[in-house]
Amino acid sequence: MSDNKNKITQANHEFSFPRRDFLKYSAAAAAVAGAFSMGLPLGAFAAEATPKPGGVLRLGLAGGSTTDSKDPGSWADTFTFVGFSAVYNTLTEIAVDGTAIPELAESWSSTPDARIWTFKIRQGVTFHNGKTLTADDVVASIQHHLGEKSTSAAKTVLGDVAKVSANGSDSVVFELHSGNADFSYVVADYHLAIMPSKDGAADWQAGAGTGGYRLKDFEPGVRMTLERSPDYWKPGRAHFASAELIAISDGAARVNALVTGQVDVINKVDLKTVALLKRNPNLVIEETKGAQHYTFPMLTDSQVFLNNDVRLAMKHAINRETLLASVLHGYGLVGNDHPIQPGSRFINTALEQRTYDPDKSRFYLKKAGLDSLKVRLQASDAAYTGAVDASVLFKEQARAAGIDIDVVREPADGFFSNVWMKQPFTTSFWYSSLTADRMFSIGYAKGAAWNETHWDNARFNQLLNAARGEMNDPLRREMYNEMQALCRDEGGAIVPLFASSVAARSNKVVHGGQTAPYGELDGLRVIERWWQA
Amino acid sequence: MSLLKQVWRAPLSAKFGLLMILLYVLVAVFAPVLAPFGETQVVGGGFEPWGGQYLLGTDNLGRDMFSRLVYGARNTLGIAFLTTVLAFLLGGLSGLIAAIKGGWVDQGLSRVVDILMAIPQLIFALLILSVVGTNATSLVLVIALLDATRVFRLSRAVAMNVVVQDFVEAARLRGEGLWWLVTREVLPNAAAPLIAEFGLRFCFVFLFISALSFLGLGIQPPTADWGSMVRDNAVLITFGDISPLLPALAVALITVSVNFVVDWMLHKSSGLKEC
Amino acid sequence: MRSIFKLLGQRLALGLLSLFAVSVIIFLAVGMLPGDIAQAMLGQSATPETVAAYRAQLGLDLPPLTRFGHWIWQLLHGDLGVSLANQRPIADLVSSRLGNTFSLALLAALVSVPLALLLGMLAALYRNSWFDRLLNTSALSAVSFPEFFVAYILILVFAVKLNWFPSISNLAPDASLGTILERSILPVATLSLVVIAQMMRMTRASLINLLASPYIEMARLKGISQSRIIFRHALPNALAPIVNVVALNLAYLVVGVVVVEVVFVYPGLGQLLVDSVAKRDIPVVQACSLIFAATYILLNTSADVLSIASNPRLMHPKG
Repeated sequence: MSDNKNKITQANHEFSFPRRDFLKYSAAAAAVAGAFSMGLPLGAFAAEATPKPGGVLRLGLAGGSTTDSKDPGSWADTFTFVGFSAVYNTLTEIAVDGTAIPELAESWSSTPDARIWTFKIRQGVTFHNGKTLTADDVVASIQHHLGEKSTSAAKTVLGDVAKVSANGSDSVVFELHSGNADFSYVVADYHLAIMPSKDGAADWQAGAGTGGYRLKDFEPGVRMTLERSPDYWKPGRAHFASAELIAISDGAARVNALVTGQVDVINKVDLKTVALLKRNPNLVIEETKGAQHYTFPMLTDSQVFLNNDVRLAMKHAINRETLLASVLHGYGLVGNDHPIQPGSRFINTALEQRTYDPDKSRFYLKKAGLDSLKVRLQASDAAYTGAVDASVLFKEQARAAGIDIDVVREPADGFFSNVWMKQPFTTSFWYSSLTADRMFSIGYAKGAAWNETHWDNARFNQLLNAARGEMNDPLRREMYNEMQALCRDEGGAIVPLFASSVAARSNKVVHGGQTAPYGELDGLRVIERWWQA
Repeated sequence: MSLLKQVWRAPLSAKFGLLMILLYVLVAVFAPVLAPFGETQVVGGGFEPWGGQYLLGTDNLGRDMFSRLVYGARNTLGIAFLTTVLAFLLGGLSGLIAAIKGGWVDQGLSRVVDILMAIPQLIFALLILSVVGTNATSLVLVIALLDATRVFRLSRAVAMNVVVQDFVEAARLRGEGLWWLVTREVLPNAAAPLIAEFGLRFCFVFLFISALSFLGLGIQPPTADWGSMVRDNAVLITFGDISPLLPALAVALITVSVNFVVDWMLHKSSGLKEC
Repeated sequence: MRSIFKLLGQRLALGLLSLFAVSVIIFLAVGMLPGDIAQAMLGQSATPETVAAYRAQLGLDLPPLTRFGHWIWQLLHGDLGVSLANQRPIADLVSSRLGNTFSLALLAALVSVPLALLLGMLAALYRNSWFDRLLNTSALSAVSFPEFFVAYILILVFAVKLNWFPSISNLAPDASLGTILERSILPVATLSLVVIAQMMRMTRASLINLLASPYIEMARLKGISQSRIIFRHALPNALAPIVNVVALNLAYLVVGVVVVEVVFVYPGLGQLLVDSVAKRDIPVVQACSLIFAATYILLNTSADVLSIASNPRLMHPKG
């Protein structure tokens, strides 16, 4: 129950993709598509080792709830993400190297201002219920998340979309409110699963997709059983004959199930036990360093944190290395008070890493005209496991700087509705974000729904808009670099940690050697990408 | 017979129990003196080994385990004891009164208790704690209320068997007041099962709190509490790490001790002299 | 005999009334919870627009009284409604889990109740012997560890080390009886360890308490054997508190096993209820609570009736 930490909408693939000139890439994709009669970019799907077909994949996953449903708009956590990613396809797929590659869209192109996008739909693909895939299905599936009445978690992902329409039976046109150079990555969001349409609306109740596995049985919060679809259109994928996902919310139970061989793969390994698990020769730990990060948002319009010097004092009073070692047991990276992960293509490498410096902290306090500071930190493990522990550590560290943090533990229940973004100083986390633009837009832009620090920086907002439509990469990088510096030195969020996702597998299942450097479990595609040893 | 003499004559188990309870109480009272470090003070690295500067090593955040155990005694015992006493005052008394008064008092109280009890305890606690917020006071009040219903049932059931006996009838006919009936006639004859229940209730409070901790609603970190200390490190048991055993053993020891003493008192009050 | 039926009728009527009261209380309590399903489902990602759309779609913008009335009306027509979270009929949602919960409770009861009564009587018979003390101490130790701790220890020994039983009890819908039994052994063992102690101690305490009564003294003076005194003379009179404790523990086996369900990944009703509270899925919370409450009231009423029936003085009150 403490698992309702779903920051659903921005939750997608966290990664840095080696960015090429966008239009050139589209053209290349089209060329590849043209080269093969079926339009299959075989190279992208081929794996290094020869996969062995057959067998059953048993996954023990955290993040399943009895309130889960087949409706893509409601998918909120790993269990549904991973399971339905095997049942459905999306227009594009994010490959292991972080690029968007064709999936149900054979190819795509956009106008030079990146405002109108046309996706060519793959022909000859059928849904599990026998229906043939057409452009209408795609339009219905996208529209499922749009409109005033939509309750979909993906509504904000598609916030840019003004209109989506079919152009003939084999292409779909998206009109955006303003240019978005990353749109081919946006449609790879697992929420945007392509479903068969029925009477003009997406038929999610059918549970029929175009993916490698048919949905055989789904008991929310308990299990999902999948069977390989005999006529999967994508070659070199979906090796297991069947897959069984078991929802195991208790961390110890997951580890036990893996150790006793009842499941082959588990996610969210309790970090306390990783070192101990490593001793078991039959198990392999899979760490994914990603964009998931933890924050202590300070409301920049609150009385306490109005003065940026006070915010800077707070930012210098936290010992990130200690937090990394004790809260994450080293499975992650230290943050630099901005949300762009180390390793992202837009990371500002010139920006100096902020360190624990109580003297500097006192200096900034004095600058703000204060001798000491007393603040209340409203913490909850709703943000992430260990949020309260992290807060307690922070309290101890800040003492040396003359800052007295009163840690108040808030119930996980309703934390994000009642405390977060309402109280001056809280704990929070960001699951991941699709792109730098998206991360900044939803969490730091003025008036954004989840601007968790109520930050309003004119220069930042101006840069954000400019960068979104900017097709020149070096220029765009420069803008993002400046925005990171602004966040770091003027923003309201303390970003101490980037957390890795840690999963574990038995050596009975293997993968091609390289897994996706974003998201959990090989970019959530573990079922179709891995195979039995 | 003076109290001291009675203790002197008590069986070994009861003496052991009393000693243990005394020890726990002392530890609880003098926790700040006994503990080498503060309750939430981070003193070293995570998982430091036993011995040396840290008697029992440190926990995952680098807090001294021994100090946390000592403070845990204070928090855990204090809350459990308070809750149990409150539950018995509320539930025990109203149970006896219901049995003695009978009629609509009994009916009314019983129905209220039935309704309260019919709501699953954990869910009830979950709902109330979510509404009023989790802190020590609300925890004590909520669990006391929930436990009081159990105590009510038991004390009423036991007292029902007593009130139909002739000496109670006689006292009633003598015109004795309610308080007299409760304290002089019914309570002494219903005491045995109630005392036994007190001991068990006491440890159930620990257990209930740790179950709540399991679901994220128990005593909140960073407060040291044995239940949550077990919970936090329970996953390590699978790997043969015994550190979660320490607080669990602390709970087990006090539970057994309390019940040893309870058994002895039970035995004395039952009037069984021959063995 | 007639008075028994009258009693039963009265109790059943009261039970129904209690059920209604329970549903009102639960409805009010859930209504008082901070946030609603729209916020809970959307979590941190809730925006005012999506929340409003969600509320309108689920009819949460209607006044509470209307919603409650609607719910009761449907219930009286045998319709539990649909889950707000995933629109599945609650009857489907609940039925398989209910079966699991009951079969787990039944198995645990079959193991623990006879064992507890037997041990309790033996302890009373050989009171203060080493046997009694050993029994007592081990029962107390077993009960003084939190459930999840007992469960983890059992898993460590029987699943991880010995590999005799599976560590998780996930039950496929088509599981055979053998599989169900095998997978239920560890949860049943955990639950039994937890409930035996209280029933055993109550049995022992009530019996010993009665052994001091004059009529037992009389029987003893007549030279009747100890075991006969306990089984024939003391036990019937000690039944009331014992039956009560047994009923409480049986109810606990049905309604209080959330923690065991979580540890063993056993798909029972408790987990559903906890999830639904977290998501503010009121109809599901209502349905589950009602089932739990009904179970409890039924057990309790039977305990009451039994203990009254077992005591002639209560059966035929004076005046």
